[in-house]
Amino acid sequence: MNSKETGDVILLAHGDGGLLTHQLIEKYFLPQFKNRFLETLTDSATFPSKSGKMAITTDSFVVDPIFFPGGDIGKLAVCGTVNDLAVSGAKPLYLTASFIIEEGFPLSDLKKIVISMAKTCREINLPIIAGDTKVVGKGQADKIYITTTGVGYILDEARLGYNRIKPGDSVIVNGTIGNHGLSILVERESFRFDTAIISDCAPLNGIIQKLLKRFEGIKFMRDLTRGGLATNAKEIAVAAGFDIWLDETDIPIKKEVKGITEMLGLDPLYLANEGTFLTVVSNKDAEGVIQLLKKHPLGKDSAIIGRVSKGKGDGDVFLKTQLGGSRRLSMLTGAPLPRIC
Amino acid sequence: MELDKKLLKKVIELSKRVTEKKGRKIYLMEVCGTHTTAISKSGLRSLISDTIELRSGPGCPVCVTDQSHVDKIIALARQHPVVIATFGDMVRVPGTHSSLERERARGAQVEIFYSPHEAILFAKKNPRKEIVFLGIGFETTAPAIAMSIADAHNQGIKNYSVVALHKSVPPVMRALLDDEDLHVDGFMLPGHVCTITGRKIFDFISSEYSIPAVIAGFETTDILQAIYLLLEQFFSGRVQTINAYTRLVHEEGNGKAKKIINEFFETVDTAWRGFGFIPDSGFCLKPDYAYYNAEKRFSVEVGESSMPEGCSCGDVLRGKMKPFHCPLFGKTCTPANPVGPCMVSSEGACAAYYNYSDW
Amino acid sequence: MCLGIPGKVIELNKNEQWAIIESFGVRNKILTMLVDEDFDIGDYLMVHAGYAIGKIDIEQAQQTLQILKKISEPEQE
Repeated sequence: MNSKETGDVILLAHGDGGLLTHQLIEKYFLPQFKNRFLETLTDSATFPSKSGKMAITTDSFVVDPIFFPGGDIGKLAVCGTVNDLAVSGAKPLYLTASFIIEEGFPLSDLKKIVISMAKTCREINLPIIAGDTKVVGKGQADKIYITTTGVGYILDEARLGYNRIKPGDSVIVNGTIGNHGLSILVERESFRFDTAIISDCAPLNGIIQKLLKRFEGIKFMRDLTRGGLATNAKEIAVAAGFDIWLDETDIPIKKEVKGITEMLGLDPLYLANEGTFLTVVSNKDAEGVIQLLKKHPLGKDSAIIGRVSKGKGDGDVFLKTQLGGSRRLSMLTGAPLPRIC
Repeated sequence: MELDKKLLKKVIELSKRVTEKKGRKIYLMEVCGTHTTAISKSGLRSLISDTIELRSGPGCPVCVTDQSHVDKIIALARQHPVVIATFGDMVRVPGTHSSLERERARGAQVEIFYSPHEAILFAKKNPRKEIVFLGIGFETTAPAIAMSIADAHNQGIKNYSVVALHKSVPPVMRALLDDEDLHVDGFMLPGHVCTITGRKIFDFISSEYSIPAVIAGFETTDILQAIYLLLEQFFSGRVQTINAYTRLVHEEGNGKAKKIINEFFETVDTAWRGFGFIPDSGFCLKPDYAYYNAEKRFSVEVGESSMPEGCSCGDVLRGKMKPFHCPLFGKTCTPANPVGPCMVSSEGACAAYYNYSDW
Repeated sequence: MCLGIPGKVIELNKNEQWAIIESFGVRNKILTMLVDEDFDIGDYLMVHAGYAIGKIDIEQAQQTLQILKKISEPEQE
């Protein structure tokens, strides 16, 4: 069979480790991911050890649809893991990526996804040093799933932890909320909004590294993925044992996102983000952090949105509403949007 | 927002004078679930709680759906290879034995739609699938469902039917008002139901039961205005059904929409959760549209319906009990594992109180 | 469930009875066969579950705002 016949879709044979698997690696993965670790094609990649604390994290990505305004499952698979390392105070060093692909998945889509992954990795010069591909029968998976694992080392300047959070600290976000979760919803054809809500999907390691190197008062960081701002703020409050007060008027949100979420009866505070993080900062460093963030493309909408307060110790999160009232924010219960990341 | 804060001050001032005059707190009921959510989201409830207690009424269409109907829907999803098309909230409502969410995990097809029209487009695109739309909601939503049936009829779409569970608001208002031990000083009426029905049909609240009522919109300004107009009535003693949503609501409402409701539906007695049967309070598809009536197209066996021990959603819906007085509230019944529909639905009183209030 | 969102008509097809409306900078195609009053491009409609249920009377809206401003002025009482 010349590549024309096999060229258009993934076959079960692409996953059997034989000729088609090698063709797939040589034709689709290697040209994009090429780096000295991967080229050896040995059973595992080896890399020099590094002194100090290391960090490792892993995440799997099953987003549906796999292409959405502002990104795709490939870019998301890189950013998701990179951001998990970054908010833990780690500088990413290496990435691995494993794919589970459904029989019949168009190779042209695989190519687009792999190109997008490689492009994101090049932007932050992060090599993918190991990978794997498995194919499952038609209907046994939904198009494609990607799992990435990231290795990094903890920056000397990073001293992050729930225990550092104190009453009086400021709560800061680097940008508008709800964009990713909504861009996934709007992309699904069952909702006919012909406007582009763009996912905020982006690698945050660069901007976070700058913050950590400049400000000693950065106490904690969390990327606001599943469950959105409210759920993650609640997790932080409970773990730190203090209350968090957020101010509705200060939370940055795009007009369109506010409009559509109101139209659909969704609360933007609970929508996933993929390029937005929350950081708890000492009061004295808060303004400085904002100045620095505002100079960075991924921080132009940053804002101080609240503060930590003593409370009764059981970690409540309150929102001061525009009217001046208050409401309690609890964790997201029951995903409003299936498979958003 | 400046206007809202000033209006709020006025409402609080006037409410103090009314409570002095009455010698007790004021009890108002917002009948519509969308009002309940808007009030809780704005934090208004906590700001006026010294003088005014806002109680939610039977205004969330998911919550008022009787357990026997919930069980029928779940049985339909389990016993027939259909695609259940629904607005979001119905998915998580626990029936006696299961829920659509659990049936979906067991392989049933459940699709969420923002509009019945999209369900029609879905039916056209999937001719081999049988689409059943869950028609819940009040006068606001019934015309939309009727139009989807008209589309199916005109375009010869055979794989589409509706479970018609729509309910009418005036009859349940009477049921509330006939209940002696319900203490409500005034009603905030649902703006979008009245957009369809008109103001006049609700005159009986003030003329027959001499209780003030105000039709309200859904912005914070609208809600504050409605409360203000209710307080003024207590003070002046004039009792009326006032239309405070004049930009949308007229005396006779929306003639076209009412005509469509009458063309496709007939009123029948139907069961409401917490109220039992209320005469002429349900909209059932007329015989000449029986083909699109899912209850006629699919037969389902359903066992005995029952609610879990201690669940007081019925009393909450009748305004007899505030959510946090229910024994299960915040303990075995939370948004994470809801027992009753009032905790499941985003417009349910229990969910609104749990998520948005300082209880 | 009675969630309704106001939108400005920016495109209109009278015989197919649909319109493109814009709310909060977001465009959305909705159906207009349930609207009882005549309306045109530039008018505002209230939309529920994909259908317009009524035309929003802008003068009434402005009048209400004036009244409320008067009510909320301190010396007014």
